Amino acid sequence: MSARDHTAAGPRTLEARNLVKDFRLRNGLKFSTLHAVKDVSFTLQAGRTIALVGESGSGKSTIARMLARLETPTSGQILLDGTPAGSRGREVAAYRGDVQMVFQDPFASLNPFHSIAHHLERPLRIHNPGISSDEVRRRVLELLDRVRLTPTDKMAQRRPHELSGGQRQRVAIARALAPGAQFIIADEPVSMLDVSIRLGVLNLLAQLQREDHLGVLYITHDLATARHFSDEILVMYRGDIVERGPADTVILDPQHDYTRTLLGAAPDPERIGMLRDEVRAAVTKENA
Amino acid sequence: MTEAVLTVRDVSIEYEVDPPVKAVREVSLTLHRGEILGLAGESGCGKSTLAYGINRLLKPPALMTAGGIVFHDRSGEDIDVVGLADEELRRFRWDKVSMVFQGAMNSLNPVINVRAQLFDVFTTHRPGMSKRDKQRRSEELLELVGVDPKRLSSFPHELSGGMRQRVMIAMALALDPQVMIMDEPTTALDVVVQRGIIREIMRLREKLGFAVVFITHDLPMLIEISDRIAVMLQGEIVESGTAADIYRDPQHEYTKKLLSSFPSLRGDRGDFVRTGHQPISATPAQGGAA
Repeated sequence: MSARDHTAAGPRTLEARNLVKDFRLRNGLKFSTLHAVKDVSFTLQAGRTIALVGESGSGKSTIARMLARLETPTSGQILLDGTPAGSRGREVAAYRGDVQMVFQDPFASLNPFHSIAHHLERPLRIHNPGISSDEVRRRVLELLDRVRLTPTDKMAQRRPHELSGGQRQRVAIARALAPGAQFIIADEPVSMLDVSIRLGVLNLLAQLQREDHLGVLYITHDLATARHFSDEILVMYRGDIVERGPADTVILDPQHDYTRTLLGAAPDPERIGMLRDEVRAAVTKENA
Repeated sequence: MTEAVLTVRDVSIEYEVDPPVKAVREVSLTLHRGEILGLAGESGCGKSTLAYGINRLLKPPALMTAGGIVFHDRSGEDIDVVGLADEELRRFRWDKVSMVFQGAMNSLNPVINVRAQLFDVFTTHRPGMSKRDKQRRSEELLELVGVDPKRLSSFPHELSGGMRQRVMIAMALALDPQVMIMDEPTTALDVVVQRGIIREIMRLREKLGFAVVFITHDLPMLIEISDRIAVMLQGEIVESGTAADIYRDPQHEYTKKLLSSFPSLRGDRGDFVRTGHQPISATPAQGGAA
């Protein structure tokens, strides 16, 4: 895959330039505008991970949906390798061959009617017209093997309800890789999974990233995994990026007040009993 | 803190389906007055089933097959929860042991306002209470949990998720219970809001002195707030101890596994993702420069 991840100018890039998204809200006869994303720019390089963190409603998922071309930006551009991504059917299809999304809920993102093989065959056939059935079959098994769903021939026949949450999310990752995507947008990929399998899925994603030199946009509200999993962190608050920088710098030396609030709210077992003592002191003071 | 308020002894709960599912296996717990007991475990480990069992809320096919639950009242009287029949059980619930359910967003009645739902508690449990007293007590409760008493006239959909959760806690506090069971009370909420609610729960506990059974899968959070923690796996409590012991010196493999599932926010990177199985030279950052 190494030939594909570089253009003549250097590593491949996915760039968001001055992205804005407004939603028009209706309340009775009155209309108002919600500025979901206000002028956001960043560049994702192949092989690197950017984490987008923030609370619900901060606009993280809207950015993901715009990058996956599920939502049209109000203004601003999305550039793939420096070229603006087109909006016509064929251009969008080509774009999706390079940029794919992994959704939050693996229970909702797979069709219960179809087998696992079908979920992987579709993108293979759509993005490689004229491919032989034998070749499709071979690639499906290869994809399942890459996401460690073995034995692959048995797994291919199964339907989503026969798999656990973690296994389903692996299928979703395999499906995103099927078109040969170079960029993966992962919108809270592990937040619906049980805690003890989250790291396994993240580790798998990291390993696939190394193998294929993928660029990953990791959207999460979990600061700890954001720090360990990413090169760079962007902190979003009400549609704005309020802080950005290398992962360790943002977490260990936060500059913006909101980043500090977020960090203060994250559970930290090191602060054992501190909240209790703090509250106790406050109550004693109140009573005095 | 040493006096027990709730003793659970060898409780087993089965789902009578085919084949039967043993959801809770011979679990014993002691909850002391005024303490926070954390119950940690993943989906399907039986933690919610146990909580429902303690409050006698199990519905068929779930059935408590063995064990005893004794509630030690403030008055010194011991109540055998398993033996309670209809009317006694109705009086016991919510008055002595109240519960905050998972997904508070959806446990309020959407078609009546907050006042009606709070009044309902008093109408059922304090039949003689005058309307003025109910109003006064309801306002007091909302103030206690940090919600503007004007919100009594609001309907659930007019409140944010955090406010709904606070209203649920106010309802659970209404009869001044001695034990509150909280089943994932903050899981659906945002981290910042979650923090506010937890602080509120801890503050109320200091003020009112109730004991809490706090159920969640978020072990780091439990370690931060609990006095004692019990870890559940496949219906059994595999380890229990003080929060400090569980954190600093976990004994059971599963506890260790759960702890290692949460990478440290500020500490070393350890053996986590980016430096995992591959040698350093294969990390993407450096590969990109090559």
